[in-house]
This record gives sequence, structure tokens and C-alpha cells, in this order.
Amino acid sequence: MTLAPERRAISPTEAHHSGAQHASSKPSGINPRLSVTSDTVRPPRPAYKKSGRPNADAHLTPEDIEAIGVELDALRKEVMDSRGARDAAYIRKVIATQRYLEMGSRALLLFSGVKVKGVRPAWWLGTAGLSVAKILENMEIGHNVMHGQWDWMRDPKIHSTAWEWDNASPSSQWKHSHNEIHHTFTNVLGRDNDLGYGILRVDEDQKWNLFFLFQPIWHVGNALLFEYSIAAYDLELGRYVATKKRMSEDEKAKFRSDAKEVVDKIKRQATKDYVVHPVLSAATGSSRTTLTANVVANLVRNVWTNTVIICGHFPPGIATFEKTSIEGETRGEWYVRQMLGSGNISGSKAMHVMTGNLSHQRIRDLMERYDLPYVTGSLGKQAASVYWKVVELSLPNKVEGRRRRDIVRLAAKKAWRKKSLGRF
Amino acid sequence: MTRPRLGAPTAPGPVRTLLRSGRRVAELLATPLVPEDYLDLLDPLRSGADLRGRIVEIRPETADAVTVVIRPGRGWLGHVPGQYIRVGIDIDGVRHWRAYSLTHRADGSPAAGIPKDCIAITTKAIPDGKVSTHLVREARAGTLVMLDQATGDFTIPSPAPAKVLFLTAGSGVTPVIGMLRNHLGELADVAQVHCSPTAGDVIFARELEAYAASGRLALSVNLDDEHGVLDLARLDLLVPDWRERETWTCGPTGLLDAAERHWADAGVADRLHTERFRPTVVEPGEGGEITFLTSDVTVDADGSTPILDAGEEAGVLMPSGCRMGICFGCVVTMRQGAVRDLRTGDITLVEPGDELPVQTCVNAVAGSCDIEL
Ligand SMILES: Cc1cc2nc3c(=O)[nH]c(=O)nc-3n(C[C@H](O)[C@H](O)[C@H](O)COP(=O)(O)OP(=O)(O)OC[C@H]3O[C@@H](n4cnc5c(N)ncnc54)[C@H](O)[C@@H]3O)c2cc1C
Ligand code: FES
Repeated sequence: MTLAPERRAISPTEAHHSGAQHASSKPSGINPRLSVTSDTVRPPRPAYKKSGRPNADAHLTPEDIEAIGVELDALRKEVMDSRGARDAAYIRKVIATQRYLEMGSRALLLFSGVKVKGVRPAWWLGTAGLSVAKILENMEIGHNVMHGQWDWMRDPKIHSTAWEWDNASPSSQWKHSHNEIHHTFTNVLGRDNDLGYGILRVDEDQKWNLFFLFQPIWHVGNALLFEYSIAAYDLELGRYVATKKRMSEDEKAKFRSDAKEVVDKIKRQATKDYVVHPVLSAATGSSRTTLTANVVANLVRNVWTNTVIICGHFPPGIATFEKTSIEGETRGEWYVRQMLGSGNISGSKAMHVMTGNLSHQRIRDLMERYDLPYVTGSLGKQAASVYWKVVELSLPNKVEGRRRRDIVRLAAKKAWRKKSLGRF
Repeated sequence: MTRPRLGAPTAPGPVRTLLRSGRRVAELLATPLVPEDYLDLLDPLRSGADLRGRIVEIRPETADAVTVVIRPGRGWLGHVPGQYIRVGIDIDGVRHWRAYSLTHRADGSPAAGIPKDCIAITTKAIPDGKVSTHLVREARAGTLVMLDQATGDFTIPSPAPAKVLFLTAGSGVTPVIGMLRNHLGELADVAQVHCSPTAGDVIFARELEAYAASGRLALSVNLDDEHGVLDLARLDLLVPDWRERETWTCGPTGLLDAAERHWADAGVADRLHTERFRPTVVEPGEGGEITFLTSDVTVDADGSTPILDAGEEAGVLMPSGCRMGICFGCVVTMRQGAVRDLRTGDITLVEPGDELPVQTCVNAVAGSCDIEL
């Protein structure tokens, strides 16, 4: 989770993002998430959700929520105030390390076809190095820089408005969907597209349809091609396909220009990884092996980033929210939703760097004090539980007096008649 | 010492084509970064890089002033004595830009202990001053700083005027020492009146005295604790022919304002050249809301905070320069709203649909404004 709705540190005077505002469910006026208190009485939290599962934060009183808001605001301020030369040196060092690693790995790959006693050492080393370099770039550097986490340094090269990452999705579109939609609507059913990226059913409260029966396949495919799914998702390709007929000319033109931006970025990325570097390796007869090395490194990066993200969002115990529950939400409620909607990965320092430091140990203590479930586990355990959930939720929820088999059969029959999987 | 840049337009035809396609391949290899991002790791001072420099020495001048000697990157284009540069330095991880007058010799030869091919600035710590205090008390040799090419028109024309007067106070002596080090040989008749709180605070005291002792500079030093704050009427005693002299003056706002009045009253305003380190600020207005459109940030700022400061505080990447309204390095487009010029109090209005360039360093919001950043 992030520590506040704004992307940036704004200390002296109150500030807000108009983006978050127009995307919010409140029609106008001051963004309620800027204040830990509310003018109107906030509705009590229902004890159960539609699926019959208990609501994890039902026991919190409005005073509790306000106190959580105050405490996290203080923590946020503490984090902001403690930033300094050491942090700046850290990110510069990570960036330099990543660049040297990438240059070194790419240099090795120029000889990736050379065999020594039957193996290709340069291929193995170069591919491993390039994979790590790409993961570092995406997770510890790109994600955080584009998040605005380093904007306070005022270094124009390490700034959210300037960073372009090594990924198919153009940073401008990623920033829009990640910062404005995802963090505003974390795990809100029907609003946060991250929740299963619109292709996975990862929560009992998501409606089942026949499309989800095959979701183990979608899931693996999504992981392997993750950078392209992110690009499609940031582009809101699904929404375009679904609502194209109802879109205005302006909306369509906007989509077309965004789509062009994505295609151009993918072209540049592919030219680099799959054309220019392999061609340069031709001198040692290593073109083919350099090509496979780049393919493998991109696959490794895709699977890794996908794994970290699903562990952050979908392990059992992570809460989801109803659309109506976030209307007029205060800052405290927003914080509670962020905490309940994020998973954590336990592990070594190196693990935290490779996962983009998405875990927040400081939050744990607070959550335990307020009796909120803190979801954590090793990357392997969390990933396994998510994979299992994907299989489990490919079937509809159990309903009293009906066999799941029958529900699936009925849906299949309907789909056959309509020649559609019930999607799009 | 300049080396040809990759793809530099000066190369002959076929070489240029070759360099250009080389650059194109480098760009394809480096995407989504640019080749410079990798080259900067290897040599941040190479020619063709954004201009940077490395501090090679920090030398105390007085109890609260130091000279910072910097070896600039190979892209350094030189300067005219009296000009200043912008220096960007990271303090507690945050980059701050300030302007400083250059004091080294323009021909690159060593002078006053500044080694060949190095540049030098001299700064006096201002109480609570972020950058000046850092340079004086904490900065260390070896630090990499961001630089900009020299600019400014506080310079001596060529041919040099026959009679010259320098009127300086405190750290305002810096652009003048630059002129003296470079031009003293060409100037036939030079007088200087320098003001300082105490004898110990006179920056470059020994050097100035040496010029005076050799008969090349008619120097009078006004010490506030001994002689009281300088009354410009005393110029008639100190430099009786001051009206005939081409005069360069630099120092605190009070002195500069008084000098401008004094020279105007004598009808010789065109003989006076001033260099201000800070803007003159009039009464502030009521402030309001500033929206940075591209960054998608809105902040409330009071009527005395320049838009530049408010934006930087909010993490917006603000272009800047002298921070006092002279270099136009901070100009951005205002889409609508109202701003007040902090130097004059004048209000500038932009109707929705119009646009206007504004200097963020000397304008504060007056009501509300939308900035294209
Ligand atoms: C063209 C130009 C040339 C300059 N050349 C030099 C130079 O050669 N040597 C040098 O030391 N400085 C020079 N300056 C001033 C310098 O750029 C900084 O303004 C100065 O060092 C103070 O910066 P700071 O970060 O320490 O103070 P800040 O943190 O910016 O300011 C702290 C406080 O001091 C006040 N303040 C700011 N500047 C001054 C000032 N000059 N005098 C008194 N109070 C001030 C501010 O209003 C504020 O209240 C020059 C400025 C300009 C525009
Ligand atoms: S920063 Fe120089 S004019 Fe504004």
C-alpha cells in the first residue's frame, strides 16, 4: 500500500490531485479523502458481505478509523521528514547498479552462442543478469519513481514526469491507471481493474460466469505475457472493446492516440530486444542465442512481476469492497481499505528490493493493535495460495441446494445458444 | 579543449551521416533510456553531457565566506568577468539551484590560487540560508554539482572606459573581484569603495590591499563598526570625480536602491550598472490556489510565496535560474488566473482560453492560477 492518496509529498499547505478528484465517486467539492474527519455521519460497516463472508473491519468504530487516519498521517509525515541524503544515495546506487548489470549482461550476450565444454556459459550468465536487471528496473526503480516516490529530490532524471520504464506499457498510461485508478479504488469490486485485471475471478464476491471456468489458463497466459497485459489494461482495451459502440468521437480519438503510443513503445522495446541486440551478436554467430536470451529474460521478468503483484493483492484474507462503501470515504477509511486490500511478502532485504519494497512492516503493528488481519507470508507460499484460489474460483460459489456442476452446465448451455462466453 | 560530439553538426558530410546512424543505433540499444544515461555513469564530465562540475577545493576566505573551486565538465564555454553561473547542488538529497558570480580568470590561467581550467565562486553564509550555509559549512571536495553556462551583463565593455568606480558591499565584492583579476591591467584609472560590517568580514581583503599598495587601485574600505554605515554623500570626499566614472555596484538591496537614487539625482543614472543578488519585494497580496496542470497538483500558497517556491515544495519539477527575475529561466505558461509581480505589486490576469508566459520566481498567486507544468 501507499501511505496517502496523493502521489506526492506536500508538506506546508494542503494539496490535492484534481485527477483523484474527477475520478472519485463524489461529484464535486472537496475530496473527502483529504480529511480524517467527516462532516456527515459515515454509515456503519456491515458485518457481512454479499457472499456471506464477514467484513474484516466491521468492528471498527468511527473513532477507531479516525485514530488510524491520524496515526498513519503522522507515520507518513515521519517518513517524509526523514528522507535525506542517504535515501538519495541509495536510489542512485540502485540505478547505477542496474545499468551496469544490464550493460554487463548485454556485453556477455554478444558471446552467448560460444560453447565451452558443451554449455554456453555466456548465455546462462547473461540471461540471468539481464532478467535481474529488468526486474530491478521495473520493481525497485520504475514503479517507485513513476509513483513519484523520488520526486522530492528534484532531480529531473529521476522524476515521475520523466521516467520511462523497460516495459510495454508507456509510463504516462501506467501512471494514470496505477496512481489514479488503482490507488483510489484499491480492491473495490467493479472499480479497480487490478482486481483480477478484468479477466480473473479472485474473490467470492465477484460474479461468476463461464469465462472464469478457464481462468487457470488465462492466469498462466497473463503471467507469461504480463507486460502486454499491463499495457492492454492501462490502455483500457477491454473497456474500448466492450463499449466502443457507445463511445463519442472524442473518446475514440483519445483511445486511438493512446493505442498508437502503446504500439510505438512496443515496437521500440521489441526492436531493441529482438532485433538490434541479436544483430550485434552476429559477429560471434550468437544472434539466435541472444534472441532467446532476451525472450527468456522478458518472460522471467513477466512471471516475477506478476507473482509479486498477485501476492500483493489476491492471497486469501485480502479484503474487497463494495462500490457504495467508498462514497464520501474519509482519509481514515481510505487508509483502512489500503491496509486490508494489500498483502505483504515476508523475506530478506534482497527480497524486498526485488519486490519493490511493497511491504510495510510498520503497518503490521498498527493493524494488530486494531485487530485487523495482516496478510503475510513468503513469496512461494503466497503465490501458491493465489494459484490455488484461481483454480478454486474458476467454479461458481457453492449455493445451498444446487450442485456447482449444474450451474456450470446451465451456463454452458446458455453460452452455446448465444455463441459467447459471457464476456465482452 | 573540446572533443567532437557524437552526431555533432560540425563534422563533414559522410562522417556526419555515419555519426548520425551510429547515434541512431545507440538510441535503439538504450531505449527506453537514452545513450547519455549510460555514458553519464562512465564520465559525467564528458563533453556533450549536461554541464556538471566537481568541487576540487573549498577555501575559507573569512569566518563565514568560502571560495568554491570547481572543475567544470568539458562542455564549459567560458565566461566574461562579472558574469554568474547557476549551481545546482544536492542538500539532504534535494537539489537546490542558486546563482553565483564567477571569480576566476577567464583565460583559464591560474590566479589567486585557482588552478588552471577550474572555475571559482565565492559565497558568504547567510543565516538560515540553505545553499550558502551548506557551501560554507558542509560541502566537501569531490562533490558533483550541476552547472549552467555563464550569463549576465554586469560586465566591462571593450574598449574599457577610461575611469571606473566599483561600489561594493559584503559578498557583493565577488563579481568585482572577477573583473579586477581579469581586467586590472587594461583599466587606467580604477577606484573602489567597499563596505563591510567589520575589518574581519572583508572578503579578499589581502588581495584588494595588494592591488591598492601597487598603486593600481584607489581603494577605500568603509567599516560599519568604525565609520558607520556608508552615507553616499561621503562619495564626494572618497572619490570626488565619481560622477565621471563608469560605475559598477553590487551589494545588499539597501545600498543598491540608495545608489540608484543618488546617481539619478546627479543626472548620471546611465553611468551606473547594478547587480542584484535578490529581488526587491513590495507588499504581498492575499495568495490563493495554484494548479499545476501536467503534474496534476494543486497547492494553496500565500501572497508572498513565489510560485516557484510553492511548486518546488509540492514536488513539481520547476525550471529555475537566478530566482530573482533576471534570467527568465523559470518562465512557464499560465493558462488562466491571476498573479502578482512581487517586485512591483502589478497584477497580471489571464482569461480562460488565453495563455501568457510568467516568471514563477517573482510572481505569487493572486486568487488562483493554472500553470502548464
Ligand atoms: C546574479 C546573482 C549573482 C549572485 N552571486 C553571488 C555571489 O557571488 N556570492 C554569494 O554569496 N551570493 C550570490 N548570489 C546570491 C545567491 O544566489 C543566494 O541567493 C545566496 O547564496 C543565498 O542563498 P541561500 O540558499 O543560502 O539562502 P535561502 O535559503 O535562499 O534564503 C534564506 C533567507 O535569506 C534571505 N536571502 C536570500 N538571499 C539573500 C542575500 N543575498 N542577502 C541577504 N539575505 C538573503 C532569504 O530571503 C531568506 O529569508 C547571487 C545572486 C544572483 C541573483
Ligand atoms: S529564475 Fe531567473 S527569472 Fe526567474
